[in-house]
Amino acid sequence: MKLRTSLCIAMLAISAWTIGCSSGGGGAAGGAMLHVGAGAEPQNLDPYRVTGHNEHRVLTSLFEGLTTLNQETLAVEPGAAQSWTVSPDGLVYTFKLQPNAKWSDGTQVTAKDFVYGWKRHLSARLGSEYTYMLWCIKNAEEYTKGTLTDFSQVGVKAIDDTTLEVSLKYPVPAFLTMHIHYAWFPVLQSNVEAFGAIDDPNNTKWTRAGNMISNGPFKLEEWSPNQIIRVVRNEHYWDAANVKLDGVEFYPISDLATEEREFRSGRLDLTESLLSTKIETYRRDNPDLLHIDPLIGTYFYRLNTTRKPLDDPKVRRALAMSIDRQSICDSVLFSAVVPASAFTPPGLAGYTPESSIPYNVEEARKLLTEAGYPNGEGMRPLDILFNESEDHRRIAEAIQDMWKKNLNIEARPTQQEWKVYLNSLTTLDYDVARSAWIADYLDPINYLECFETGGGNNRTGWSSPEFDALVEKTRLSPEQSVRFPLLQQAEQLLLNEAPLAPIYSYRQRFLLAPRVRGLKSNMLGYLNYKTFSLADAQ
Amino acid sequence: MIRFLVFRALGLIPVFFIIVTVIFFLIRLAPGGPFEQGERFVAPEALEQLRAAYNLDAPLYKQYFDYVAGLFHGDLGPSMKQPSRTVAEWIVLRAPVSIELGFYALLFACTIGLLAGVTAALRPNSVTDYVPMSFAMIGICVPNFVLGPVLMLIFSIWLGWLPVSGWGPPATKVLPALTLGAAYVAYIARLARGGMFEVLAQDFIRTARAKGLGEARVVLRHALRGGIQPVVSFLGPAAAGLLTGSFVVEKIFRIPGLGSQFVEAAFNRDYTMLLGAVLFYAALILVFNLLVDIAQALLDPRVRYGK
Amino acid sequence: MASNPQAYEQGASLWKDAWQRLRRNRLAVVGMAVLVFVVLSVIIGPWLSSYSYETQDRVKGAVAPNAANWFGTDTLGRDLLTRILYGGRISLMVGIAATAVSLSIGVLYGAFAGFAGGRTDALLMRIVDILYTLPFTIIVIILSVYFQKSLILLFMAIGAVEWLTMARIVRGQVISLMQKEFIEAAQVMGLRRRRIVLRHLIPNALGPIIVYTTLTIPQVMLLEAFVSFLGMGVQPPMSSWGLLIHDGANVIEEYPWMLLFPSLALSMTLFSLNFLGDGLRDALDPRIAKD
Repeated sequence: MKLRTSLCIAMLAISAWTIGCSSGGGGAAGGAMLHVGAGAEPQNLDPYRVTGHNEHRVLTSLFEGLTTLNQETLAVEPGAAQSWTVSPDGLVYTFKLQPNAKWSDGTQVTAKDFVYGWKRHLSARLGSEYTYMLWCIKNAEEYTKGTLTDFSQVGVKAIDDTTLEVSLKYPVPAFLTMHIHYAWFPVLQSNVEAFGAIDDPNNTKWTRAGNMISNGPFKLEEWSPNQIIRVVRNEHYWDAANVKLDGVEFYPISDLATEEREFRSGRLDLTESLLSTKIETYRRDNPDLLHIDPLIGTYFYRLNTTRKPLDDPKVRRALAMSIDRQSICDSVLFSAVVPASAFTPPGLAGYTPESSIPYNVEEARKLLTEAGYPNGEGMRPLDILFNESEDHRRIAEAIQDMWKKNLNIEARPTQQEWKVYLNSLTTLDYDVARSAWIADYLDPINYLECFETGGGNNRTGWSSPEFDALVEKTRLSPEQSVRFPLLQQAEQLLLNEAPLAPIYSYRQRFLLAPRVRGLKSNMLGYLNYKTFSLADAQ
Repeated sequence: MIRFLVFRALGLIPVFFIIVTVIFFLIRLAPGGPFEQGERFVAPEALEQLRAAYNLDAPLYKQYFDYVAGLFHGDLGPSMKQPSRTVAEWIVLRAPVSIELGFYALLFACTIGLLAGVTAALRPNSVTDYVPMSFAMIGICVPNFVLGPVLMLIFSIWLGWLPVSGWGPPATKVLPALTLGAAYVAYIARLARGGMFEVLAQDFIRTARAKGLGEARVVLRHALRGGIQPVVSFLGPAAAGLLTGSFVVEKIFRIPGLGSQFVEAAFNRDYTMLLGAVLFYAALILVFNLLVDIAQALLDPRVRYGK
Repeated sequence: MASNPQAYEQGASLWKDAWQRLRRNRLAVVGMAVLVFVVLSVIIGPWLSSYSYETQDRVKGAVAPNAANWFGTDTLGRDLLTRILYGGRISLMVGIAATAVSLSIGVLYGAFAGFAGGRTDALLMRIVDILYTLPFTIIVIILSVYFQKSLILLFMAIGAVEWLTMARIVRGQVISLMQKEFIEAAQVMGLRRRRIVLRHLIPNALGPIIVYTTLTIPQVMLLEAFVSFLGMGVQPPMSSWGLLIHDGANVIEEYPWMLLFPSLALSMTLFSLNFLGDGLRDALDPRIAKD
C-alpha cells in the first residue's frame, strides 16, 4: 500500500468528515479543526490535579499563564500579562495584565484570579502533586506545609485589578518561562466554587464540558472520556484575532500502533509519539511526515550508591563508561535519539557541560581492576530495573550484553509493573534503574538540583557536601555568568562520582500532516496552539 | 417463579460481601498505592493530604468498614485516580459500552459457533466436521492482540472499508466485536457439536427419522432444542468472560468501555474504582447466571425451579 | 487388587475402546503428531542450534529469513528460531505447571466434595460458585504484580485459582460413579474412604480429567500471551512465545517474520492440543461409549 495515495484519500476523508461534524455536531466548529493524538486519557482537566505530559497538551489550549513562549524560539511572549518589570535583585516581578483579557464567559481576567488560583494550588488539602513548582514564591512552601496560615504573607499580591506582584524566595532566572506550565495557570473563583469548596479534592464537576470557564485561546466544548476532547475558539480571548484554528480535537490513544494507523487513515494531523520500530519505514517512504527534533531530556540509569559494589565510585564510573551509547542510539533506537555523555542535555539556555563520561572500555576495565574486580571477577550479578516498555527492555538487554562483553559483569534485566518500579526506586530497592528527566523549564539547575543530598529526585543515596554547596551557591545570583561556572563544576563532580550513567538525550518524534502550518517543534515539546493554522482551511 | 427469584436474590448478599472483602484486601496487598511518590518527587505533604482525603490514612479495618458502610448507602465512593467523576458515574458512563460490545461479540460467536458446531455434528470425522471445527478454532489459537491488529490492518488500512478505532457509528463496532467474539466461537462450536452429537444418537431422533421426516426437519425441529442446551448453559460464563475480558480489544480499538478502565484501575491502584468495577461485574455475572437458569428451565421441562 | 476385579476390567476395555475411537479421528491424530514434534523440537532444538537466545548482533539488526537464520533475526540481531525454541520451553512449562497445580487442587477438591456429599458438598460448591464471580482478569493482574520475579511461580499461582472448572467436573463424575455398583460393593466390603477415593474413584474419573487437562494447557498458554501483553511476562533476555508475539505484533508491517513464526509456533501447538482434547473427549465420553 502506498502511503501517499492513502494519505490523499485520507485528506478527502478528513474534509468530508469535518464537514459532517460541523453540520451534525453543532457548536462553533468550522473547517479549521486540528486533530491531535493526546496519548493516554487525561486524569483530569483541573490544572492543579494533574501530573502528566498528556494533560499538558490539552490544558495549554484551554488556559493561559502570565506569559507564553514563542513556538519556535521559546522566547518569552506576553500571555495573560501584557508586560512586566523585574527588580534588580531578581526577587520581585510586577506583571501588568492584558486590559482586555477575558474568561470564556466574558468576565475580566484580573490579578485576583491568579492570586486565587495559586492559593488554591498551594492549599495542602487539595493535594496537588505539583505544588513544589510554586515554592520558589516567598512563603509558599510554609503555607502548604501549614507553618504559615495567613495567605496574605505569601509573596503574591493583587495591587489592583491589572497589577500582580510576585516576590520570590531566591532569584529564579527562568521564572518567566515557567508560566507555560499548568501549575501556574489561573482559575476563576466563581467557576470553581459554584461546584464546591476551594480546596476540596473531590470538587471536579467544574472541569466538565459546559461547566468549565477558561482563559486560554480555546474553551472546552466536549469531553467524552477515552473518545474525544474537543475545544473550540474562545471568542473572549484577548488575542482571539490571531487565533487561526477554529478548534482542536484531542484523541486519547494510548496504543502507539493504533495511533500511527489513525494518522495513516487521516484521522490525526499530529501524533503524540511514534513507535521506534516505525521510524525507518517513515524515513524511507515519507520523510516529510516524520519529525525527530531535539527535546530537553536525558535518559539515564541510576546506580544505587547504598549497595555494594556500587558504593565504589570506580565501579560506577566503570559501568557508565562501558555503555556503548552510540550503538544504542543507532541500532536499538533507530537513530531516533543522540548519545548522552553528561547529565544535562545540550542546548540548555546556553549552558554546556564541561565534563563527560566517555565510552572507553579500556579505562573502564582499569577502573574495575583498581576497585578490586579484575576482569569482573568477584562481582555479583547486577539487576537492571525498568518499567515495562519495549524500548526500555531492548535497551536493558543491549546494556546487559555490553557489560558482559566489555567488563565480564553479569546483569539481569528485571522489568516491574509501574507502581512496583516506582516503589523500588523510591525505597532504593534496586541496583541499577532506568530513569529519565525531562526539563520543567530551561535551566541546568532543574537537572543538577536532582542530585542534592536527600533531594526527592536523587533516589540513588548519593551525597556530596561539596556538590550541595555548589548548587546552593548558584541560588544567590541571577547572573548566568556567575551561575554557569558553578553548575559546570557541580556537574563535573557528579559525573566523576557517577551515581548515574547517562545514556541518551531525548528527541521528540511525531508524525505531522503537511496541511498543518506554524508547528515548528521546540526543545520543550511545548505547543502554542494559537500560532497553528491549516493550509486547506478557508 | 417469583419465590425462586427472591430466594436467589437474597442468596446473593453474602456473595457480594465475600467478593468485596476478598478484593478489598487483595488489591491493598500489591506494592504501591494510589498516592505514592511518582517518577518525579512529590511533596510528602501533598501525598499525606491526598491519602487523608480518601480515608487511606485510617487503619485498614476502619477503611474496610467505612467502605462497606458506604455500600449500604449505595455509595461506591469517588475515583481516586480519575477524580473527574465518581465511581458510580464512571460505571454508568462506561459499562453500557462494554455491554454493547459484549453483546455483539456474543451474537457473532453464537452465530458462527452454532453453525460450525451443528454442521460438524452431522457427519463426525468427515471433512464437514474438520473444516468448520478448524475454522472455529482460530479464535482460541491466535491471541486477540494479534487478531485485532491483523484485522485492523486488512480492513481499515489496506482495504479502507472500516474505521481504524473509536466507538460511534456502526462501522466502528465490527472489528472489535469480531476480535472479542472469536475466542468464544470455538467454545460454542465445541459445545454445540457435542450436544448435537449426543441428541442425534438418541432414540426419539431415530424414531423421527424412521417416520420418514426430512433430515433438515429432524435436525432443526427436534434435535436442535436439546442439542443447544450445553450452549445455553455456557452463555452465562461466556457473557461474563466477554465483559471482563474486553481489555485488550478496548485498548487496541480505543473503546471507552469499562474493561480498560478496570484494568487501568488495577495498575493505578485506584482502589475504589477497582472495587466498584468488580462489584458491578459480579452483579452482572450473577444476573446472567440467573437468566441462564431460567432459559434452561424453559428449554427443558425436567429442570424445576427451587432447589 | 483382587478384591475388585470389576473396576479394572471396565477400565481396561474403556481405554482400549477409547484408543480405537481416537485413532479414527484424523484431526486428533495429526494434533498428536504435531504436538510430539513441537515438544521434541523445544527440548532438543536449543542444543542443536548454533546460536544462543541472547547473543546480539546490533549492527545486523532485524534480517528476513535466510540460510543462516532460518526464521530471520529480531531487532537486536538475535536468531529468531533459537529464541522461539527457548521461548517454547517457557510457554510449555508455564502451561504444564499451571495446569498441574489446577489439576491437583481441582481433583482433590472435587473428589472430596462429591464423596462427602450432603451439606459439605453444598458448601464447597457454593464456594466455587462465589469464586466464579470474581473477575479472573483482575486476579491475574494482582498475581502478576506479586510474582513478577518468576513466571513459573506466577503461573503456579494462576493454576491455584484456575481449578474451579476442574473441581466441578470431578465432583460430577464422582457423584455419578458413587451410584455405580462397584463402589457400593467396596463400601459394603468396608474399605476405608480414602482408599475408595484413591483406588477407585479417581482412576474411573480419569477420562474427563485428561480431556479437561488437554484443554486447560492451551488456555494457560494463551493466558501467558495475555500477561506478556500487559508487560508482566518472562524476564528478559529470556523469551516466551507470548512475549515474542507481543513484540512481533508491533512490527507486522516492518518485520512480518517476527510475528509470523512465533504465532505459527503458538497457534500450531494450541490447535494440536485443542484437537487432541476434543478427540479425547469424543473417545472417552462414556455416554457416547454406550453407542
